[in-house]
Amino acid sequence: MITIQDFIEKFGEQFDDTDISLIKPETEFKALEEWSSLIALSVMAMVDEEYDVSLKGDDIRNSKTLEDLYNIVVSRKRNDQ
Amino acid sequence: MINNPFTLIGKTILVTGASSGIGKATAIECSGMGAKLIITGRDEERLNETFHSLEGEGHKQIVCDLTDTSLLETLVKSLPQIDGCVNNAGVGGKLPIAFIKKDSLQSILDINTIVPVLLTQFLVKNKKLKKGSSMVLTSSISGVYSVDIGNTMYSITKSAVDGFMKNAALELAQKGIRVNSVNPGMVDTPINNLDSFTEEQKLKDVENYPLKRYGKPEDIANGIIYLLSDASSWVTGISLKIDGGYSL
Repeated sequence: MITIQDFIEKFGEQFDDTDISLIKPETEFKALEEWSSLIALSVMAMVDEEYDVSLKGDDIRNSKTLEDLYNIVVSRKRNDQ
Repeated sequence: MINNPFTLIGKTILVTGASSGIGKATAIECSGMGAKLIITGRDEERLNETFHSLEGEGHKQIVCDLTDTSLLETLVKSLPQIDGCVNNAGVGGKLPIAFIKKDSLQSILDINTIVPVLLTQFLVKNKKLKKGSSMVLTSSISGVYSVDIGNTMYSITKSAVDGFMKNAALELAQKGIRVNSVNPGMVDTPINNLDSFTEEQKLKDVENYPLKRYGKPEDIANGIIYLLSDASSWVTGISLKIDGGYSL
């Protein structure tokens, strides 16, 4: 079962210099200083690897907070089953 | 009749990966230049769509997964002697280095690198390439002229294709066979999965192209036609960059 805590932890692993305590469900992740196109690609690869869900660029763009992104992953996961 | 050195009249040309993208456009444009086509692809329905878009008569279509080596060899043995081969079938694969897995690397290498090498091997061994024939490999600017974040696996396969192309050009010159590659920049085809980018990202990315647009499959097909035709009779071993100026 996917949980937001688990998602945040795996999301946080894509960063090198960002304190994971700064990453919360309400975090506007694209505003994080370290956010980059490589991290965006890494997040997409992580979501594919861990949750078997394919994210598109638009999913990242349309998500403001981490919770928005998490909700997309959860809804895709549910639709798959 | 005006003399046209780019004509393909009287030439039989094999195009792999003809069910979509650059392969599809190449097959159609080559038929427009008068060639007889033998097209292959994995998807029967889409290959048939290409087949019915070809101009003229006497073309053939063969549904085949080229990564199955015994099917590939059987396919080559069934061919008549040909004047040109467009070794085009390929897939993309965007992953940051930290996410590369042996399986994903192996599968992209199989299609993009190993198939072109083995297809050439079977064509040469079975003497299917006529003297004066031309082979064109669809490579990329990626790994040859430029690199991008996340494109490592694809880049590896295409640098290897260009390495192979140069070796084949040297070795097959002795048989009168020319071998070249085309190296496209971003072309609007299914392989690039442009849907995974946002409109905003695309507009920003297009700014990196001095000619202010992505390529069309026909832009690449025209380069391939040049390399297949007698207009390029003294050209072998080149990587023909077609990228709207991206790598400048």
